[in-house]
Amino acid sequence: MSASAQTTGIVNSLTTGRLPKWATWAILGGSWAIMGVVFTLIAAASDSEFNIAAALFLGTILFIVLIFVFALLVEGIRQAKDRLVTALVVSAFLIALIPLISLLFTVVSNGVPRFDPDFFSQSMRNIVGEGGGALHAIMGTLLITGAAALISVPVGLLTAIYLVEYGKGALARAITFFVDVMTGIPSIVAGLFAFAFFALILDDPGIRFGFGGSIALSLLMIPVVVRSSEEMLKLVPNELREASYALGVPKWLTILKIVIPTSLAGITTGITLAIARVIGETAPLLIISGFTASMNYDLFNDRMMSLPVFVYTQYANPGSDVQPYLDRAWAGALTLILIVMLLNLIARMIARIFSPKLGR
Amino acid sequence: MTTASPRKPRSTLRPADRIFAGSTIVAGSLILAALAAVAVFLIAQSIPALVVDPAELKGSPSSFWAYVGPLVFGTVWAAFLALVMALPISIGIALFISHYAPRRIAQGLGYIIDLLAAVPSVVFGLWGIKVLAPAVTPLYGWLVDNLGWLPFFAGDVSGTGRTILTVAIVLAVMIIPIITAVTREVFLQTPRLHEEAALALGATRWEMIQMAVIPFGRPGMISAAMLGLGRALGETMVVAMVLSPALVVNFVLTSSQNPATIAGNIALNFPEAHGVDVNALIATGMVLFIITLVINSIARVVINRRKAFSGAN
Amino acid sequence: MNSVLSKYKRLATIGAVAIAGTILLSSCAANEGGTTDPGAGGSELSGTIDGAGASSQGSAQEAWVAAFQTANPDVTINYDPSGSGAGREAFIAGGVYFAGTDSALKQEEIDGGFAACVPDTGYVQVPAYISPIAVIFNVEGVDNLNLDAATLAGIFKGTITTWNDPAIVALNADATLPSAPITAVHRSDDSGTTKNFTDYLNKAAAEIWDAPAADPFPYKVGEAAQGTSGVVDAVTNGSNTIGYADASKAGSLGVAAIKVGDEFVTYSPEAAAAVVTGSPAGDTAGPTDLVIKLDRNTTDPTHYPLVLVSYIITCNEFVDAEAAPVVKSYIQYITSEAGQTEAATSAGAAPLAPELSAKVATVLDAIK
Repeated sequence: MSASAQTTGIVNSLTTGRLPKWATWAILGGSWAIMGVVFTLIAAASDSEFNIAAALFLGTILFIVLIFVFALLVEGIRQAKDRLVTALVVSAFLIALIPLISLLFTVVSNGVPRFDPDFFSQSMRNIVGEGGGALHAIMGTLLITGAAALISVPVGLLTAIYLVEYGKGALARAITFFVDVMTGIPSIVAGLFAFAFFALILDDPGIRFGFGGSIALSLLMIPVVVRSSEEMLKLVPNELREASYALGVPKWLTILKIVIPTSLAGITTGITLAIARVIGETAPLLIISGFTASMNYDLFNDRMMSLPVFVYTQYANPGSDVQPYLDRAWAGALTLILIVMLLNLIARMIARIFSPKLGR
Repeated sequence: MTTASPRKPRSTLRPADRIFAGSTIVAGSLILAALAAVAVFLIAQSIPALVVDPAELKGSPSSFWAYVGPLVFGTVWAAFLALVMALPISIGIALFISHYAPRRIAQGLGYIIDLLAAVPSVVFGLWGIKVLAPAVTPLYGWLVDNLGWLPFFAGDVSGTGRTILTVAIVLAVMIIPIITAVTREVFLQTPRLHEEAALALGATRWEMIQMAVIPFGRPGMISAAMLGLGRALGETMVVAMVLSPALVVNFVLTSSQNPATIAGNIALNFPEAHGVDVNALIATGMVLFIITLVINSIARVVINRRKAFSGAN
Repeated sequence: MNSVLSKYKRLATIGAVAIAGTILLSSCAANEGGTTDPGAGGSELSGTIDGAGASSQGSAQEAWVAAFQTANPDVTINYDPSGSGAGREAFIAGGVYFAGTDSALKQEEIDGGFAACVPDTGYVQVPAYISPIAVIFNVEGVDNLNLDAATLAGIFKGTITTWNDPAIVALNADATLPSAPITAVHRSDDSGTTKNFTDYLNKAAAEIWDAPAADPFPYKVGEAAQGTSGVVDAVTNGSNTIGYADASKAGSLGVAAIKVGDEFVTYSPEAAAAVVTGSPAGDTAGPTDLVIKLDRNTTDPTHYPLVLVSYIITCNEFVDAEAAPVVKSYIQYITSEAGQTEAATSAGAAPLAPELSAKVATVLDAIK
């Protein structure tokens, strides 16, 4: 390997040499092989198990060092730095993938055993131990999050329109600043607030109902909607607005028919991100929406289950045979991730269908 | 808007126009009202804890601030550790997607990272307990044995791996998608001409990134980091489920005695709290609110400064 | 034109999928039948009753609710395992009809009155759930472990730090104890389990464990984990660990035997029930308050003193007369022999002794 590097190193004296294309892979493989041998020897010497994680990790570090040294010798410092950074960037990406893949693998492999029709057709009413499902929690999550979206999307979108199209002066500045502040509300504080608020105005100290959860989630969702829609509305070229005004179209119709459709792709993406942000919230719903094992379709009366609370309580309060509870918890987690994925896909479809095709 | 004429383009005001404009103002004011209500609630509920004899608080601290102090430290420390791990990796991923990966692969990767931003925190908590903590326990043992002279690894090693470092890793995994999403967008907005100019002068890819991409994206990177930090500061369930907390202040990463965080402390103690303890917990929530407020304000200042510099718009 | 058509076609597909999904989801849960056939249940009771409180009762309540709802199809009972403190607070404020609690009502809480009850009619507090607390451990090569109160206190207070400490070796002559450090896991959240555990150590090993019984763990040593599940997880996944948890959650972990009198006793439902029967009444006890002051210092080897007694609190006379019969019959079921057997099989609880059960029944008869 070093022989080939030397031969390529003296090819041309006018330009710096270049490592052949296969060199990168060769060095990577070589580094892993060296570390593999080292760790096999260590394992044999200390009579312990072969540590593949450490071998791969140190092998990668060795590769980063080696590629820098080889490139420095053959190609010069500038190319060496470039190769070093490329190696670092790619390994940063791969390092990040490890926990992410591990997470997804854990959820899927643990969630699949109970990911059966029963899980989607039964509630936990009168279920002890095995069996049962999360229909009540899925329903609750969809209703609560749906209501939260019904509140947050109009309020958030209108606020964003105000900020971009109308807002001038102190009110606009105040709203911009306080929307930022709102992004900093810790989720559990939103839950405590919703509970205290409804306990006070409805005069029921033990109040638990789904709509309260929607309010708590709205507090968390609105700032995300405002921020993302605001950015998207700003991207709409002014020429479009002016062309519309020139045709005599009133401002409100211009906004509804020109500005919003143009930025629809971005707005829907922002809204789905906002929904995804709140659909997995546990702490506020635990406080205000409560816990039940039965179906409840009424947002305004009685406790309502939601998927994150379902996952949490199945994990935290199992019966004497723990396994069925854990299985349900993981299946619930898997369902939650799939719902978010589905939302993302729907948003992308809506965006693709309705947004005008710009020649970009 | 238009530079040619001093007057904004304006159509005649119709009733529908007024209704529409009015409704946008109502929506904006609603947000202010909601936030005011939250602030009033926090303050009103916190006052009893601030004025009460501190001996009545849990653990009988010398004052409310002595109670909240270690929690503030733990909150900031855990979030800081998470950020230190997440930021370089996120920037690496963002650069990989924006400037290194083939375009077709890059889009798919961007989608996957976006999805991961939506994984609920309970799931991260479960993963932290069941997978990560057992996996890192031997590593912590090795660190303490071999690097015990560093203050970060001093003392006895935790037997279960539920240390602040584990929590910080989980938090880092949680905020990587957020930071990546924002920095990626910023990097992609780098003016194409700057990049091409740099390459035309013979710059390597790294030199091009150094000269064109990073300077353009620096404020965006900072605000992305602040966003991630805000999320890490307020995270509740992961900390409650994974951390082995104690009301202490120390920098040790691998021991059983870890500084607790505000949000985690609320989640752990709220169910059994009654009387003034509830107020004390809400008061700590207010402190957390103020910390995140400060961080968000800093981020906004940075973003605004960038706006002033960029020639766009 | 064509593109517009295909646009709407695609939209229609999405709509169809969405509608199909909604129909699928909004159909009733398969296990929730609307069987209002009067012959099936034969029950007159109906309505939704909310309760809240101790999470230790959570799995037992789940079993009770399931059985009670099966017998009374028109009744829905929600038990929110939000914690003893939250449960008591909600009951005092009138938010729930009954509360489950690991710690008995305090005098100042009793003096404050109860919003759900007719004023000046008092309250009912009866034991409903007795659970032995197991000392669980995970030490390689050790299957059986004998501990006395003083050693246990030393381990959790951090004065005994390795498994081969002479104090432990003296109690376990047959076991091969490693020289590894002990990781003692306690609860990071406030809990009745911690209170009962520390109460036992404080009473039975007062010279070492000088902190009084309390919901939070008193010393800044050892490892902490959230909830019973968290402790069990930490002990299972860690190495050379020891912890305490409700016995029903111990699973396949090793369980230490506790020295009572001259013998080492492992937990059993009978031994747990026996210590409750043998204990005197508590401070606030009255005609409708059957609170128990557990005898932690018992020397009778048929007793297992490391026990958690969880109570149900409710009204003597409800303001809401319609709810009263449902609450009454539910709590009667819980404390009946059938209910206690159900909790024993599903949640690993120790049944109330017949004598105590009869006392409870008399108190409950008066509820209206």
